[in-house]
Amino acid sequence: MTRNNGILFGKERLQEIAEEALRLSDADQTQVSIQVAKSSLTRFASSIIHQNVSETNGAVGVRAIIDKKIGYAESNSLEKEEIKRTVNKAVEFARHQQDNPDFKSLPSPKPLPPNMPQTYFESTASNTPEARAAAVEDIVKTASKYGAEAAGAYSAAVYEQAIANSLGINVYSAKTSAELTMVMTADTGFGYANRVAQDISQIDAAEAAEEAAKRASDSRNPIAIEPGEYDVVLTHYCTEDMLRFLSWLGFSALAMQEGRSFMAGKIGEQICGENITIWDDGLDPRGIVCPFDGEGVPKQKVELIVNGVAKAVVYDSLTAGKEGRESTGHGVGGTGTHGPFAWNMFMQPGDATIDDMIASTERGLLVTRFNYTNVVHPLLTIFTGMTRDGTFLIENGRVTKPVKNLRFTQSILEALSNVEMIGKDLIKQGMATVPAIKVRKFRFTGTTEF
Amino acid sequence: MKDFTEKILSKAAELGATYADVRIVNSKSESIQVKNGKVNTLASSADKGFGVRVIVDGAWGFASSFAISDEEAERVAEEAVRIARASARLKKEDVKLAPVDPVEGKFKNDWKIDPFEVPLEEKINLLLDADRIQRQKPEIKISEANMQFWRTEQTFASSEGSYIEQTKIESGAGIEATAIEGEEMQRRSYPASFGGDYAARGYEFVEQWDLAGHAEQCAKEAVELLKAPQCPSDIRDLVLEGSMLALQVHESCGHPIELDRVFGTESSFAGTSFLTTEKLGKFRYGSEKVNIVADATAPGGLGSFFYDDEGVPAQCVDIVKEGIFSGYLTSRETAAKMGWRSGGAMRADSWNRIPIIRMTNINLLPGDWTLDEIIKDTKKGIYAASVNSWSIDDKRLNFQFGTEVAWEIVDGSLGRMLKNPTYTGITYEFWGGCDAICNKDEWHLWGVPNCGKGEPMQTAHVGHGVAPARFRNVRVGVIESPDEEAEG
Repeated sequence: MTRNNGILFGKERLQEIAEEALRLSDADQTQVSIQVAKSSLTRFASSIIHQNVSETNGAVGVRAIIDKKIGYAESNSLEKEEIKRTVNKAVEFARHQQDNPDFKSLPSPKPLPPNMPQTYFESTASNTPEARAAAVEDIVKTASKYGAEAAGAYSAAVYEQAIANSLGINVYSAKTSAELTMVMTADTGFGYANRVAQDISQIDAAEAAEEAAKRASDSRNPIAIEPGEYDVVLTHYCTEDMLRFLSWLGFSALAMQEGRSFMAGKIGEQICGENITIWDDGLDPRGIVCPFDGEGVPKQKVELIVNGVAKAVVYDSLTAGKEGRESTGHGVGGTGTHGPFAWNMFMQPGDATIDDMIASTERGLLVTRFNYTNVVHPLLTIFTGMTRDGTFLIENGRVTKPVKNLRFTQSILEALSNVEMIGKDLIKQGMATVPAIKVRKFRFTGTTEF
Repeated sequence: MKDFTEKILSKAAELGATYADVRIVNSKSESIQVKNGKVNTLASSADKGFGVRVIVDGAWGFASSFAISDEEAERVAEEAVRIARASARLKKEDVKLAPVDPVEGKFKNDWKIDPFEVPLEEKINLLLDADRIQRQKPEIKISEANMQFWRTEQTFASSEGSYIEQTKIESGAGIEATAIEGEEMQRRSYPASFGGDYAARGYEFVEQWDLAGHAEQCAKEAVELLKAPQCPSDIRDLVLEGSMLALQVHESCGHPIELDRVFGTESSFAGTSFLTTEKLGKFRYGSEKVNIVADATAPGGLGSFFYDDEGVPAQCVDIVKEGIFSGYLTSRETAAKMGWRSGGAMRADSWNRIPIIRMTNINLLPGDWTLDEIIKDTKKGIYAASVNSWSIDDKRLNFQFGTEVAWEIVDGSLGRMLKNPTYTGITYEFWGGCDAICNKDEWHLWGVPNCGKGEPMQTAHVGHGVAPARFRNVRVGVIESPDEEAEG
């Protein structure tokens, strides 16, 4: 194991392990995924560091296929004997399996696109606990300037992955990721900021702290308002939350094939406003870049909703095989039977700023963030959740006062049919790169005490 | 392993740690899922590694690795100390730990049949049987049956002299039928949704549920729901079935009694708690009928253990006594702040996570009613069963839950089935309206294997013992009628 940050195993060594594992299998087809990762996270609350952790871990996943029988085994050990045991277990499970009629074949090799955007950044890989502590010190200083206390987490990770299969796929990537998230508390006020990046030097902790602390300070002494329908200005944090649910509920070919997607039977139909276009693209550096999926298939750009019309969903090899088409590079790995997933989504930006949206609102709410969202009715895309970390009343084009948090129960597609303005800035979040939006008549169904 | 843990503990001490502990975890799991007549998942997982937690200069550090070797032991101990020194840059006071008596011992939970020894064919066939029966109804478009098993061996060693080895086997299973017609999609599950029920037991636990024997009813109800009227929007008396009530306890009682949340250390992620310390012993959490304990000693409980991940013995702690809020889930650090000894609720997801305060088995103690008596005694109500969706605010006050199904109660009798039931309220008002709890014959300890908390995210196995109960004057039917059959 390496004693330094940076590359842990390297391309040659990781691919060698993957190839060795492939050789050990006597199944008809075999897929091997080998990963090694080092991740660190500094957690702070009440303006002190209270948890500070680091993990070095591995992962071996083996999918073995005999006829149309699929067995899967995984282990976190990269020791030779353990890899052998994992391969044998996957083969043994395949022998005990039954035919999966949907299975056609594991994917065949496809070239990765040239000029692949960078996924590994030395700045992130060599990040230290001391550097994170220094950033937290700055965050705490900003918090005290506003009379607030800071809580949050600052993490950095490096992952190396090799995927190989018996049909010739043999790919490797080294990726880094970093995230800074914080909640500030100023008496009865709360604020939030989140930044994600593959290059940690792109994260400006001081600027994020300023955003959260100012919002906490501004949201002190909230007043109670009645639930009901309000025009809302939703930050990009809220937009990402909605896209995350759409992806989970309906952008997967498996959900379509099983008839549980809101897109099922509606391809080519208008399902939300004409101003809404959503796509998935793992190679666009404005989002989190991910060159290939969990089956080693290069990521393709997939247009999901274009001008409000349901266009397409994402595929892995199993769902693609069932329809006699090719994977779009959205397999999640593992057993391969839980369906593909779109996790590099984008929403087409507009030309408004948040200030424009507020200025155009006679009476409405500015919502910083949703809390604990969950689906109430999947086909109607109704979800519920609370507002959190700064909710404000807008009157006559101005933010007038903070309000106590509200519960909403709202159809996402209906909200996306009522989008009046779209932000011009695309902001990178965990699963989607999205703008802020202004939505007419968002339905709030309850209130709480803070 | 003792040589290995000794090496780490002495290295940490040599580098300046005033406290250190090591956990080595070796676990395996097996997952089988049948879907629409085929075995969708047949998967095995193995995981091992060690984590080192230290206090240096009055602050915490933690490092962990999957490579169990002498060389890595030294590197990880050094890394944990370095991380702790970085933590010490931002502290207000030194970490203090409540005292605990050192223990040496070896423990394992009870199981009759080791699930990993049961032939795969036998397990697969049990699921295929249930799945086949569910698919006899053509409206059932997705039929699922699954089982899951874990075996975990953990060694804990501390610089205070504890050396504790624990072995645990856990099992769970369930079935689920989804009927789809046009814009309507309805699901029923058994014995509980989202994978079924789980316990710290062997394969005998899976057999006792008789999945195949309940598959027909499960599918039948899912199909009936397609045509059922919408749950009306109204104020009604609400009777909750056990698995739904278990989640209600989980979200509105289990999480807010975690003392780390109360102290704000989860505020950036899951939030804080309305149960602040000045309310202890005074605040009316629920009606006089409501008695809740956190019981880590309950036999077979998914939240049971012998010692927590700080070497503190499992205990049964009073949480709510005759409706009054009376206690917390605690760690050595949070207990010290209150001048207490730890209640033993510190657990880590695995070797690669630092222990945090987790629920044990948060149990609502039984009352003296039967479900039949409660229904007979209810004039205008709703009996709601099986979790469908859940959401609660970040202080755990305003909640909204959806169930798979409900039946109307009219003048003491169960009436028509209702679809898309939802209910909402404020935690203490809701529990304040609890006026009838079923007796011990209807009490069951449910297992929840997916409780998320912490950053990096940790998943805990926890338990909730409950019997069905009635809550007066609850707002039901939050979502608007999605079709014409709806009634308000």
